[in-house]
Order: sequence, then structure tokens, then C-alpha cells
Amino acid sequence: MKGMKTHRDHPLWLAYALHRFSGLALAIFLPAHLYVLSLALTDPARLDGFLHWADLPLVKLAEFGLVFLLAAHMLGGLRLLALEFLPWSGPQKSLAASVLAGAFLISGLFFLRAI
Amino acid sequence: MLDMRLYMAQRLSAMAMGPFVLVHIAVMIYAIQGGLSASEILSRTQGSVFWFLFYGLFVVAAGLHGAIGLRVIAHEMLGLKGWSLGAITWGFGIGVIYMGARAVMAVTGL
Amino acid sequence: MTAMRKITPSEDATGTTPVLRVSVWRGTAEGGAYEEFEVPQQDNQTILDVVSWIQQYADPTLTYRFACRVGMCGSCAMMVNGKPRWTCRTHVKKVTEGGALTIAPLRNLPVIKDLAADMDPFFDKWVKAGGHHHPSASRHDPMPVITSETPGRVEANAGIECINCSVCYASCDTVAGNPDYLGPAALQRAWTLYNDAKEADREAVLDRVSGAGGCHNCHSQGSCTLYCPNELDPLSAIAGLKRASAKRFFKGGR
Repeated sequence: MKGMKTHRDHPLWLAYALHRFSGLALAIFLPAHLYVLSLALTDPARLDGFLHWADLPLVKLAEFGLVFLLAAHMLGGLRLLALEFLPWSGPQKSLAASVLAGAFLISGLFFLRAI
Repeated sequence: MLDMRLYMAQRLSAMAMGPFVLVHIAVMIYAIQGGLSASEILSRTQGSVFWFLFYGLFVVAAGLHGAIGLRVIAHEMLGLKGWSLGAITWGFGIGVIYMGARAVMAVTGL
Repeated sequence: MTAMRKITPSEDATGTTPVLRVSVWRGTAEGGAYEEFEVPQQDNQTILDVVSWIQQYADPTLTYRFACRVGMCGSCAMMVNGKPRWTCRTHVKKVTEGGALTIAPLRNLPVIKDLAADMDPFFDKWVKAGGHHHPSASRHDPMPVITSETPGRVEANAGIECINCSVCYASCDTVAGNPDYLGPAALQRAWTLYNDAKEADREAVLDRVSGAGGCHNCHSQGSCTLYCPNELDPLSAIAGLKRASAKRFFKGGR
């Protein structure tokens, strides 16, 4: 049944999958993150060593991925809260989504100019 | 596996974390300009009651939110229930809040 | 309609009659496998026509379920090319992929035999969610007048055309992962009762959907609303239940 379409082929299911994956990844990352920060108390030299290690390109890429997952999980969560708690009509939802997309486009452009 | 109380805890902790995450990302972008060092981070956070409260509350909300999220995933994807499901929920929640409290105390010195 | 007959493989090769290659799931709860059939293609043909043709002309032991053939009874739903469909009103041309069809029993339900799924868990949850009217008045009381424009009636009306076909239940991955979850159809039914002014105890409706298998387990995957053949919106109905129960939580603390 290779390549067969499934009941999962639609945007809302993909949004769910992204939310679950990002949430799981963040939950796994969080203890490691907190452990490294607590080194500031017990072993500042090792924290600095770790932060230098964090300059490596591969680690940088992984960090970028984590920030992306954090942003994706937050936006996905806002989407869910709006869906559950705001009894909006179809057109109102489309308007809100396009305003949000526009805002991110503009802030993204500024951000790219800044770095 | 989500009854009314767990659902409300999940949604309320999510709402609390919205502003935390935005500020956290903004600080992150600011902090990585010109590389990271322990002294740079500590100079910003040592003795700051604001960052102590900010990250203290963030850690509590994240521990709660992550514990309930993992509980749902463990039940739906691994079929865990009963004792083992409770162990994952409480283990993660208490673990993150404990490690988080240590980290917050470490970076703020409070 | 012209009489149909079984097409032999030699006739397929000449290309005179277009043929559908159909994989049909055969077996029981103990296990099974897909079996291949070749079915003559028609200009106008539903998935149920294809299944009936196989049963009448190729293998009379094929088991499936249907009744009305016109999208009223909710008996004939199956998985067609991986998606849940009401087969009597799903045209082959709309869902076929390169002349191939894969037909299986509904997901998330036990199989009785071949394409007939056991609907008991689906209806048990319907009952568990309290899916029947609890009268607030007897026949001796005067009939309350409720116009169709009343906001609660508008909400209820949006969900009452459910035919219990279980397409939403089969499409839901939350049902797949959490066997206690009541599912979209039962919860949408509860939402229509909650909005019914004639329902005796509307708070009890919220109690029944706030347990460990209740509406709060929904992950808003939206497959229920996408695949509902009657174009109902269980996703929004469940969101309504979450909203109503959250409001009550803040007011009364339960």
C-alpha cells in the first residue's frame, strides 16, 4: 500500500502532528537545558566550556531547531486556545489567521535585517 | 486520560507561558549577539528579583504543562496507564521543577 | 441498467472493458489479508456498487453491510483508499487512483467479518455520553415554544443530522490511541443536548463528557469534520463542550 493516501492528509492533522512532535522534543530537551544552567552554581568553568561547545555549527543548527520548535509549539498552542475558547465564525478565523501571518512576515523581515 | 482538572491545568499553564516564551525568545536573540559566555549571562541575572520570579514561574508552568503533555503521549502512543502513567507524570513534573529551581537559583544567586 | 457479468482476465487484456483493480480486506477478528478482484468499470458507479458486484458475481461469501443505498441509514461506511467514506454515495471516479481501489472495514472498530465492522463500541459510547433526550416536561404540560432562531437551537440544529455512520469515529486518531475516548459523534450528540432548552438536566450533560474519556481529550485533529459525509462539524461541537465546561469550572469550580 505504498504511497496510499490516509485519513491524515490534511492541514489540521499536520498541525496536530507538529504540535505533538515539538512538545515532545521540548520536554526531552528541557531537563538537559536546566542541568547545563545549574552548572553556573556548581561548576562555572564547565558551563563556559559547554557554551564554547555551543558555538560549533552543528550545535548552532540544533539550537536553531529548538528555537523553531519552541515558536511552533507556542503558535500551535495559541491556535488551539483560539479554537477552543473563542467561538469565532469561519470568516473571523480566516481574518485572524491572515493578520497573524502578515504580522509574522513583517516581523520576520525586520528580524532578518537585524542579524 | 485528560479529565476536566488536568485539561484546565494544561490550558492555564499554556496561557501563563505565552508571554514567558515571547520574552525568553527575545532575550535569547539579544544574548547570542556576539557569542555566549557564563559571565555575560550571570552579569545580567545575578541578584535580579525580576528574573528570579520570571524564570521561577516559567519553570513551574513548564513542569506542569510538560508533565500533562507527556502523560497524554505516554497513554496514547505507548498504551501506559495506571501506576506507570502516574509515575511518568509526577516524575517529569517534580523533576523539572526541582532542576528548574536549582538552575534559577544558580543564575540569579538568590 | 445493462446486465453485468464477470470479466475474465483475457477480456481485460484486449482493453474493451475498462476494469477496476480492487483490493478487498477478507478475514475476521483473528486476522486476514487483502484479496484482489477485477470489477468492470461503469460511467456511474459507487463504491457500494463495486462491493455488491464482487459479492454477486465473484465471491458470494463476501460479507458487508448496507441498507438504504441513499445516504440515510449510516450502515455502509468503509475505509476506501485509506479514508473513511459512506460507500453508497461515494462515486468510484472521485476516489479511484489509477483504476485501483483498496476497500477495508472501518478503522477503530473490531471486525466481524470482511467489510462488516462491529459497531457496538461506537453505540456503547453514544449511550455512555448520555446520547438520549431526558424530558423536562410530561405530555400533560403545555408545549414550550422554541423558535429556530434561538441561539441554542441554532447550535443544536447544526449537529442533529448525524446518521451514526461512524465515519468520524474511524477517522479520529485520538480514538485510536485512547480506547476510552467517547469520540466525535457521541460528543457532538451531547453538545446538541446541552443546547436543547427541553433537556431536563444540562449540567449533567457536561458531567458525562468531563470524565477520563471525555471531550477534553480531543486534540482538534479535525478529521471528523473533514470526513463527515453530512458535512456536520463535530470539531466545533467538541470545542463548544470544552468552552462550556471551562466556563463552569471558573464559576463553580468543578
